[in-house]
Amino acid sequence: MSALNRHILQSQPSAARRWEAAAVWLFRSATYVILLCGALVFGNIVFKGSKTVFTTTAPFINVAFLTEAPESLYVFEYQGKKREMGDREFRAFKAQHPDASNVKSESYVYSAGGIFPCIVGTVLLVVGSMFIALTLGVSAAVYLSEYATQGRVVTAIRLAILNLAGVPSIVFGLFGLGLFVIYLDWNVSLIAGWFTLALMVLPVVITASEESLKAVPKGFREGSLALGATKWQTIRKNVLPYALPGILTSSILGIARVAGETAPIMFTAAYVVRDKLPWEGLTSVSDFFFQGVMALPYHIYVVSSKIPQNEYTERVQYGTAFVFLMIVAAIATSSILLRNKLRNRYKW
Amino acid sequence: MDIKTPFTASSSGRSSPVSAAPVGAILIDIDHVDFYYGASQALHDINLKIEEKKVTAFIGPSGCGKSTLLRCLNRMNDLIDGTRVAKGQIKIRGIDIYDPSVDVIELRKRVGMVFQKSNPFPKSIYENITYGLRLQGRSNKSDLDAVVEKSLRGAALWDEVKDRLHTSGLGLSGGQQQRLCIARAIAVEPEVILMDEPCSALDPIATVKVEELIQELRTKFTIVIVTHNMQQAARCSDKTAFFYMGKLIEFADTRAIFMNPANAQTEAYVSGRFG
Repeated sequence: MSALNRHILQSQPSAARRWEAAAVWLFRSATYVILLCGALVFGNIVFKGSKTVFTTTAPFINVAFLTEAPESLYVFEYQGKKREMGDREFRAFKAQHPDASNVKSESYVYSAGGIFPCIVGTVLLVVGSMFIALTLGVSAAVYLSEYATQGRVVTAIRLAILNLAGVPSIVFGLFGLGLFVIYLDWNVSLIAGWFTLALMVLPVVITASEESLKAVPKGFREGSLALGATKWQTIRKNVLPYALPGILTSSILGIARVAGETAPIMFTAAYVVRDKLPWEGLTSVSDFFFQGVMALPYHIYVVSSKIPQNEYTERVQYGTAFVFLMIVAAIATSSILLRNKLRNRYKW
Repeated sequence: MDIKTPFTASSSGRSSPVSAAPVGAILIDIDHVDFYYGASQALHDINLKIEEKKVTAFIGPSGCGKSTLLRCLNRMNDLIDGTRVAKGQIKIRGIDIYDPSVDVIELRKRVGMVFQKSNPFPKSIYENITYGLRLQGRSNKSDLDAVVEKSLRGAALWDEVKDRLHTSGLGLSGGQQQRLCIARAIAVEPEVILMDEPCSALDPIATVKVEELIQELRTKFTIVIVTHNMQQAARCSDKTAFFYMGKLIEFADTRAIFMNPANAQTEAYVSGRFG
């Protein structure tokens, strides 16, 4: 009799409803799987990396790791006690204890000291390449969307730019090697790395800048032109400022990519190890641009795959990865803050 | 051709020249203009003379070409790819404004424009007004202050905004925004102000204020206004041009167009039978 008591909107089991439930669970579990993977990767790096970066005693941060250059680690037994020392420390120790000069030690490359030169190198690479990418990219976007006559040529250029975004980063690395390092004879240098990385993020910057420019209402342009402004005055005073937040949003993604890529810099800018910091030993201003640097992603690559693995190298690997994540997060956060400030200033 | 020759109709209809010589002198001479968007012709042989310090209204149904013609007068159509004046000339004070020697920047300084959708820049009221002056390199503070006050007074907005000149122009109401745009246009002291349906997005009270403003501005500027609203044309214009399908059907004194149209199509339109 219950069938008779049903009202017309009463829910009833049906195939459509079961599929609905199945679909929702599929999407939900897919989302959670992704979340889990992300949490595992980040958790692993943060957990293992923080053991290197933070200490249990004041000042709670491993200052040496952040401010010193990489050194070899020496592990040896002396007077029945196992000791671990960095290169310089070990030499000083031997000088103090003449009887230790012939002690049998095992050495592990890059496993002592810190990663300061890599931090400096990565920051320099990011700042320089984003400056170049934004200058070139925004200019190209302004030309394409504001000046160029829309037609086949512009469409073809846009298509080419989009395709550039799909080129693997190692190809950019080889391109940079061929053009900047060899043909232009810039050698392995900051400037070669800047241009290689900038070319790699250009498609993202151009595409996003064009989108941001298009999002600025046409009325602002017409209003300005109708007051006797030239096109460039209009763009500079009344279009670009409003498009800037959007352009910055895209460049934040660019920063993460530029900072993170290893392939484009391994042939063009990165040194495995360099004992001088970028501002040391310069004889002229141009020397600054034509020197190679150490970089965090390349350092991670070197310490995780180019040297024998053991418990001592793990410390550097995870420590470097952790610092690397923090630096990218810091740069991205400051860009986001800048963007939000601009966005509040020019709201429409 | 059954189109009335506009100028003869208008000059014969004019009976009482109240003020001095410049009033009624021909400022803009639109001489047999054909205009194209790419391959499609938007204006057919438009022939029309706009008099100085008068309000001229363009009326007609949507797509009749009235806005297109208006945007020809300060070459705003240049911004659209593939547009061209294929035939005829538009002369302002005898100078063909489509001549290659004409600097479109100078033209637009002299022929200001107010748009259908009010478009104050997302800057302060003060910066909105001074935008055009700064483009011309004027940056003297007291000079700018004076122009801001004069322009806002001219646009009947001064009393409403004088205490918040440095707040965003977007914080104003719709009607105030449109008057701000008018103030911005008159700040650069143009000779002509083009108005492209300036009240179509405004409520009736704001519309009345803008119309009153047009009545005040006519003493100093030549005004060309495109409107969908026939009552508006009747209320605030001296002369009215009726367009239909890209053609100028009739151009005469506003009174004549509304009371005694010479053309059957005009009569049908102004009496509300189509459009």
